[in-house]
Amino acid sequence: MSSVIRATDWRVATVAAIAPETPRAATLTLDVPGWDGHRAGQHLDVRLTAEDGYRAQRSYSIASAPEDGRPMITVEELFDGEVSPWFVQVAREGDEFEVRGPFGGWFVWDAGDTEPIMLIAGGSGLVPLMSMLRHRRNAGSETPAKLLVSAREADDVLYARELERIGVEVVLTYTRRAPRDWTGYTRRVDRAMLQEVALFGGRTYICGPTTFVETVANHLVALGEAPAQIRTERFGGG
Amino acid sequence: MDHLDGNAAAGELSEVFALDVTTAVATCAGCGTTGPLAQAMVYEAGMGTVLRCPACDSVLLRYARGGGQLRVEMRGVTVLRWRSEPR
Repeated sequence: MSSVIRATDWRVATVAAIAPETPRAATLTLDVPGWDGHRAGQHLDVRLTAEDGYRAQRSYSIASAPEDGRPMITVEELFDGEVSPWFVQVAREGDEFEVRGPFGGWFVWDAGDTEPIMLIAGGSGLVPLMSMLRHRRNAGSETPAKLLVSAREADDVLYARELERIGVEVVLTYTRRAPRDWTGYTRRVDRAMLQEVALFGGRTYICGPTTFVETVANHLVALGEAPAQIRTERFGGG
Repeated sequence: MDHLDGNAAAGELSEVFALDVTTAVATCAGCGTTGPLAQAMVYEAGMGTVLRCPACDSVLLRYARGGGQLRVEMRGVTVLRWRSEPR
């Protein structure tokens, strides 16, 4: 019998630190026994068990870079969510819950990859893309990269201050309300915006709610991007 | 119900497959399309989870837990292919 902890095994994670990102989102740094690192873009599964034994399971993308060691997850509180409000409003340092992972070898980016990358986020779909950008910065990579973020309003933009010095061009569009002096985009991502903003011919990563991901991917294909160069990850509620 | 994609099934299927399922290239038995399981459409329901072909909507793979069993049905996949290092 092996004592090696596998990614597949559930184990107890402890919240080592918790920091608010926006009024509705928080980043949790986790201590996970036997954590053996991750690749930028991967996610982990979490499982919460209530006192009566009821269990709820979710997947969360890892926000930290591989170089950071301990995994950090950023959770956005969803209205009527069953699990996310606990992470954002209730969880404190020292709290414990179960995790397994990391998972996913497809929606990942390694600093050794040299083709240009276009990253497109809908809301908290920014989380795995932020791991890629942090990894790119830490590795001193000069791979051309660009980020397009669609957010409802300024309060919803994760990592806003860090994005200013992440070392790539960041384009924001506000879909509900823009800051008063804003001169940039104020609409949902559409074909005309992608034509102006996207890097074509490299690799594109899109993460967000299902309709966002499919709309953006379809527009990019219509604009001539090769489907095989587009990697997508959809997230659901809870 | 809104679907997710094969990335969301990686944790559950890691209990079954030793290799990462998101990078597994599946050939659909319905239409012959090949692609990574990461891009399959995933529908989660109380009964279990269904992965469907993004091209033709055929069921590729179904898994469910219940009655003390984990069941995987995959008659919708003719081939699963992983990149492999030479031995």
